[in-house]
Amino acid sequence: MVELFFGYLAGAVVVLSLLVVFSRNAVHSVLWMLLMFLHMAGLYLLLNAEFLAATQVIVYAGAILVLFLFVIMLLNITEEMRLEQFTVGWPMGVSVSLGVLIAMLAALSGFRTDLKGPWSIEAVERTTHTKALGKVLYTEYMLPFEIASLVLLVAIVGAVYLAKKRLR
Amino acid sequence: MVPLHWYLWLGSVVFAIGMFGFLTKRNVIIMLLSIELMLNGVNISLVALSHYMQDLRGQILVFFIIVVAAAEAAIGLAIVIALFRNKATAHVDEITGMKG
Repeated sequence: MVELFFGYLAGAVVVLSLLVVFSRNAVHSVLWMLLMFLHMAGLYLLLNAEFLAATQVIVYAGAILVLFLFVIMLLNITEEMRLEQFTVGWPMGVSVSLGVLIAMLAALSGFRTDLKGPWSIEAVERTTHTKALGKVLYTEYMLPFEIASLVLLVAIVGAVYLAKKRLR
Repeated sequence: MVPLHWYLWLGSVVFAIGMFGFLTKRNVIIMLLSIELMLNGVNISLVALSHYMQDLRGQILVFFIIVVAAAEAAIGLAIVIALFRNKATAHVDEITGMKG
């Protein structure tokens, strides 16, 4: 049963990613991406990561994609659809990404999972997932967490500065 | 029980599709979307490894990746807007100002 769900979600993710890359209309690309993120959230649910699934839907689908849609309104979609969508160097791009894919798939057999951490499914169930994540995030990863807030602050200031009109 | 390798295969395939899009598309906005695809390929691998190795660190790393992806999208799209204001194009092969 789980395999069936995984098959559906994985197949949908792959097909939707291909549609994101190959659709001529940029708005359609973003909407396929939205569906892709929702299926990805389903995969996170299969992996017992409920909090991440919610974060995926809220942050990626709710915030980042809306930002993309806003910027796409700058483009002239009807003109864009008549133009060539790939650069002239596309065979190089195909070969490089295929080579990387083959290298990654060849390296996969090297993964070992016999070293287990302390958070088994039962342990996570006992503390609940969000609480367990919070415990690790706010103790072991306190400094990276603070730095992440700094990164977001820099991003806000940088985005406002870059996008504002130059005052003369 | 789904084996770990299926998830890692899926992550690799999504990463490769995103890489293909980043290397070949002309439109800067779709290139940024392809970066998000690549990040999602990494995320699914990290969550799968975190689940099968019973350690939450992979999921913490996914959090930070989502934070950095949000920052990257904001900055990248601001650059696209600045570019559009100066050059009135969103195609990478028309931006040749540094070619000399």
